[in-house]
Amino acid sequence: MTRFMPVIHVLLLTLVITAPFLLPDYRSSLSALWILIIVALTWDLTGGQMGYNSLGNIFFYGTGMYVAAIITIGIAYDVGEYTDAAGGGIFAFTPTQYFMGFGFGLIGAGLFCAACAIIIGSVTFSLRGPYFAIGTLGVAIAAGELVSNWEWVGGGQGISMPNYPGEQERLFTYYSFATVGVVLYIFLRWLYTTRFAAAMNAIRDDEEKAEAMGIHTLRYKLVAWAIAAFFVGIVGAIEAFQALHFEPLETAYQTINLGIFMVVCVLLGGKGTLWGPIIGAIMFHVFKEITWNYFLGWQWVALGALIVVTVVYFQDGLMGWLMSKKPEWFGIRVETRDTSTAEAAE
Amino acid sequence: MDQILGNIDLLIQFPIVNLKIIIDGVMIGALFALAAYGLALVWGVMNVKNLAQGDFVIAGGYVAWWMTQKGIHPLLGVPAAFIIMWGIGWVIYKLVISRVIERDLFTSLLATFGLAIMMAQILNLMFGSDTQSIDLGYDTLHFADGLIDVPISKLIGVCMALSLAAGVIIFMKRSRMGQAIRATAQDARAARVLGIDTEKVYAFTFSLNSAICGAAGAIIVMAWVIQPFYGITYSIRAFVIVTAAGLGNLPGVIAAGLGIGAAEQYGSHIFGIGYQQAIAVLLLLLVLVVRLLIQRRKRQVLQ
Repeated sequence: MTRFMPVIHVLLLTLVITAPFLLPDYRSSLSALWILIIVALTWDLTGGQMGYNSLGNIFFYGTGMYVAAIITIGIAYDVGEYTDAAGGGIFAFTPTQYFMGFGFGLIGAGLFCAACAIIIGSVTFSLRGPYFAIGTLGVAIAAGELVSNWEWVGGGQGISMPNYPGEQERLFTYYSFATVGVVLYIFLRWLYTTRFAAAMNAIRDDEEKAEAMGIHTLRYKLVAWAIAAFFVGIVGAIEAFQALHFEPLETAYQTINLGIFMVVCVLLGGKGTLWGPIIGAIMFHVFKEITWNYFLGWQWVALGALIVVTVVYFQDGLMGWLMSKKPEWFGIRVETRDTSTAEAAE
Repeated sequence: MDQILGNIDLLIQFPIVNLKIIIDGVMIGALFALAAYGLALVWGVMNVKNLAQGDFVIAGGYVAWWMTQKGIHPLLGVPAAFIIMWGIGWVIYKLVISRVIERDLFTSLLATFGLAIMMAQILNLMFGSDTQSIDLGYDTLHFADGLIDVPISKLIGVCMALSLAAGVIIFMKRSRMGQAIRATAQDARAARVLGIDTEKVYAFTFSLNSAICGAAGAIIVMAWVIQPFYGITYSIRAFVIVTAAGLGNLPGVIAAGLGIGAAEQYGSHIFGIGYQQAIAVLLLLLVLVVRLLIQRRKRQVLQ
């Protein structure tokens, strides 16, 4: 298996690059898939590898959107005046302003979200298990409600972003997402081979013992969450540019949409693996597109049902199922002969 | 900012306004306490944290509302919602909850979150996304030169909530099933050894919780408003109350329920009605942080 890995990776990369030309009608759908893949991978970093099931990672997504918007608009105009005019036509952006906003917006969103993760995490990481999930969910909902009352950034009406100065907007956002996704994949692939990942797994398996072994658990938890927040913030920022207009409760801090989808993606694919979240995201995305197209009106019910069924009946996910059926694919050796000889000895 | 200071100033200049806010808060708080009691029951007995709690409340409200549309007297909606939500709770228990009891807590949290999304969307498809309310057509009582107004429908609602709570408490203390539920909550394995059918107890507890929520929702629709997507805030309020009061602490649940009702009314008076949902959630974070600090002094964590 390992021999073919470079070949597989080159093939995948080619697929990633050519996908928008192979399926030109599905470019925005492919972008949406990248969002799911990235948020699922980052959720798995804390949820699957470290055992801290956050329901509030969507906070970083929404915050990333708003930070990017404020930076982009702030470079050219006064944000308060801009939102008062509700993005009226008097505010034009030159391509330079747009791309400066894009670049600084992405970096700013990532860094700001990472800082938020460290500040919020230093409180919430003292919560365990379900309390952590509820606490982070509370942070995300509260943030959405507070932003929707904050008139300076447009309140509940939301905020408008400048238009892309050019023709190929879809391709631009697709490749932005794809770049972030590929970088994240390479980064996680490296990270999961380091001592850092071993420490995260130790925290997941038994936090008290990990602490007793001299692992500074809070520091590991904060860094892991900050990494997740950094990438989710960037994805949110790109989505802000793609969405053109967004409002706090339904698109930015969409707790019950994307906030829960990322968890479902990870569970569908398999927790605590590198490829599980990616495969889960693809499965979920296909399911979502099909229900949106063929069961319009009932799509949300179908999604809720998918969550319940996944959680109740299929929690190990595809990778977990494969791992129990075909352990040899994962380099786990099952020595059947040992047990038979042991029985014979008895 | 000026507006906030002005609102606080109003409270100081007219102390009677405080009384009005507290009365309003205590009345809605009684219903929060009812939903929170159900949550604490399920949490304590089968260790399932039900995030669909608020959606049971809203579903009960829609049962009562729908019956009124069919020409049945609204007060009959409360027992009807109790019975119908009992059945729905039993079905949900058999399909979903019974399979997550033995699993880790995040599983039950996520499964009930999925249920919450499903229920909110089904209600939305069936009844539309408008806010709904039943007009009982009763008068409003006025006190203190009209500064305090108490609609009779709200008073009736609170009385019904109180009698329901009293009924449930007596049931838990006196009846055989109530004893079995309390025994299972203390030690499920010992209860099984002593011949209690814990599976039946679990099903009963979850249905009872769902029925209590349904009745609370039927009361809410008479005096306040419901909407398919209001469920999650009721769930969060129930969590706030249970987290603040702790499990198996009935006076604590009642006190926390009334307190949160009043705190929310104060918050929305001072900061404006737009912040009402935000205040409910911020109270949750506040309670979590306070409990965390208490635990930290004992060098423990909240788990």
